[in-house]
Amino acid sequence: MHPRTRSALAVATTTVLTVGVTGCAGWGGGPTGGGPDTIDVLMVNNPQMVDLQQLTAEHFTAETGISVNYTVLPENDVRDKISQEFSSQAGQYDVATLSNFEIPIYARSEWIAPLDEYVAADPEFDQDDVLAPLTASLSGDDGRLYGEPFYGESSFLMYRRDVLDAAGITMPDAPTWQEVADIAAQVDGAEPGMAGICLRGQPGWGQVFAPLTTVVNTFGGTWFTEDWQPQVDSAEFRDAVQFYVDLVREHGEVGAPQAGFTECLNNVVQGNAAMWYDATSAAGSLESADSPVRGLMGYAPAPVVETDSSGWLYAWSWSIQQASSKKDAAWEFVSWASSQEYEELVGAELGWSRVPAGKRASTYENPDYLAEASAFAEPTLAAIQAADPNDPGVQPRPAPGIQFIGIPEFPDLATQVSQDVSSAIAGQMTVDEALDRGQQLAEDVAARYRERESG
Amino acid sequence: MSSITDVAPVAATRTPEGRPRRTRKPRSGPLLGLLAWVIGFLFVVPVLWMVLTSFHSEEDAATNPPSLAAPLTLEGYREFFGVGTGTNPWPSLLNSLTASVVSTVIVLLLALPAAYALSIKPVRKWSDVLFFFLSTRMLPIVAGLLPIYLFAQWSGLLDNIWLLIVLYTAMNLPIAVWMMRSFLAEVPVEMLEAAQMDGAGLLRTLRAVVAPVVLPGIAATSLICFIFSWNELLLARTLTGTVAQTAPVYLTGFVTSQGLFLAQVCAAAFAVSLPVLIAGFAAQDKLVQGLSLGAVK
Repeated sequence: MHPRTRSALAVATTTVLTVGVTGCAGWGGGPTGGGPDTIDVLMVNNPQMVDLQQLTAEHFTAETGISVNYTVLPENDVRDKISQEFSSQAGQYDVATLSNFEIPIYARSEWIAPLDEYVAADPEFDQDDVLAPLTASLSGDDGRLYGEPFYGESSFLMYRRDVLDAAGITMPDAPTWQEVADIAAQVDGAEPGMAGICLRGQPGWGQVFAPLTTVVNTFGGTWFTEDWQPQVDSAEFRDAVQFYVDLVREHGEVGAPQAGFTECLNNVVQGNAAMWYDATSAAGSLESADSPVRGLMGYAPAPVVETDSSGWLYAWSWSIQQASSKKDAAWEFVSWASSQEYEELVGAELGWSRVPAGKRASTYENPDYLAEASAFAEPTLAAIQAADPNDPGVQPRPAPGIQFIGIPEFPDLATQVSQDVSSAIAGQMTVDEALDRGQQLAEDVAARYRERESG
Repeated sequence: MSSITDVAPVAATRTPEGRPRRTRKPRSGPLLGLLAWVIGFLFVVPVLWMVLTSFHSEEDAATNPPSLAAPLTLEGYREFFGVGTGTNPWPSLLNSLTASVVSTVIVLLLALPAAYALSIKPVRKWSDVLFFFLSTRMLPIVAGLLPIYLFAQWSGLLDNIWLLIVLYTAMNLPIAVWMMRSFLAEVPVEMLEAAQMDGAGLLRTLRAVVAPVVLPGIAATSLICFIFSWNELLLARTLTGTVAQTAPVYLTGFVTSQGLFLAQVCAAAFAVSLPVLIAGFAAQDKLVQGLSLGAVK
């Protein structure tokens, strides 16, 4: 083709494309919000949410006439976007996935709408069926309910029963951390490439500090005392972190400083770890039909030292933005997604191992669910019921939370300290150095609260 | 973008009339050639790996060390195109296309006259003007994010594709002016004078003399603007929601903190980069000329 003809053709193509594309400005041109029967939902991309997206059109929109537009983002991005959206009350989204960490904080700022009236007017939803620790942790300081759980989780110890049996070890009914460390030493290398235990080492308040804060709690440590004295360099906090770092360095997984939930899940599924202390929701993946370790796992309560229990409490939940003009439609959606009926729908359509469980007592009485989840259903329920966000350690706390402190500064504080802890796991820093720096950061936060309380 | 970098730059190989120009330099030795290929290959390896992973199952994609010979599957692409998952990538892809194409066209319409006034018929203090254009790029976009967000909320432009078009135009305009200026500076003054002597008016000079020389430059500039707009994530993620969501935002939605996602993300990333790759290959000829012209001078 002659170069000039070709350029003419290129220009023509561009013009046609431009005209064609601007012609369909319907994609995004108009005002946002859709019709009165359309709601916008901002949610985290976890497998349970992906299932929800798949089932919405046929089972929710078809029955209620309410269509749902989803925006799905990874966890960190979704947190950023939700705080930006809700703090400015932009009203772009009617519903968002929040956790029991954010809900009391957002409720205090009146960014999310109380749900009590909807719950009272909707007996079919059956709020009493929702596990009590969750209802408590999704309520604000004013005692009103601000969120409905989609799925809840605690933490427990998952272990390869077959590997322990072969080594002649029996997991105690309520193991202590020392017992777990001893077992990890014994089963380390039991199979080629198998680590004794997998523990998160990846920086992030929701990564390494989720399990690690529960270890700190049960070792008798805390981030802050009730009167806002930072305790990061206290002997108990230090012992707990030293124990965790030593355990993961000596008998932990390869690449521990970068390992988070996903990496540990991979390790256990691929037979590269004999034990794993993490979220109860992981059990669903370990016991799914295509998992190589299905039926080989045992489940024990979160290991303890000084406390009776030590599992965390976390629930991805639905909240309705205060600025939403479609709160009634939003409640229709929330009450459907958090209902028992939805769990049964997932069970029937996608399989019972994919049910967003861990939130309703009735789930654990459902024979269909128990047939699929018998291995971990009872330990999960027991772990969630034993969790007490208001009294997770040996001393009174200034704010609720087990694996976190329910203050807006916590993600930033714990993420910074976690980077040093992760360096300690990598061997680039000592635990003492990491925690001395952490203490200073915690003091900055604590000083503000002390000032506020005295002022 | 590897589609550009994997092509070894060559000197301008055509005369303004489009005939091949005889290269003066002798061919470089086989060692340099090998080096060029090796470097080119290194740039393409991550993309090749991404394409290969996109055809693997999630379990195979997650193994360590990576399994290259794992069986191939279209599962990742099925997920991306929303077969049975209730998702749909087309609105996001169309939003991206709208934002990229419209902003690129506006950028060209504005940058061409500006570049003309800065090179062929320089205005007074043209170097200050040029520096002013560049200085608008010195503020990191993230620094302006909050004011832009608040303005968009106040003016009701949140989640509206036209807001992105305006921002992308502003974002790319300085680069386009600088690029186009260097291409226009290539037009020999003698040619313009000769055209004037022959009695050609401004429009005719532009069409018959300037256009053929700078067309490769326009192609290169458009592609760069298109790529920058197409790949932009920060503004799109902050300012769009369910209606005006662009492809990169949709792409990040495949990342999850619970469960495996590598194969899916690779499939999505490949599908999203395909339009840019195609545009790059289609304009490869012009691009190499355009980019090397700008780079050499």
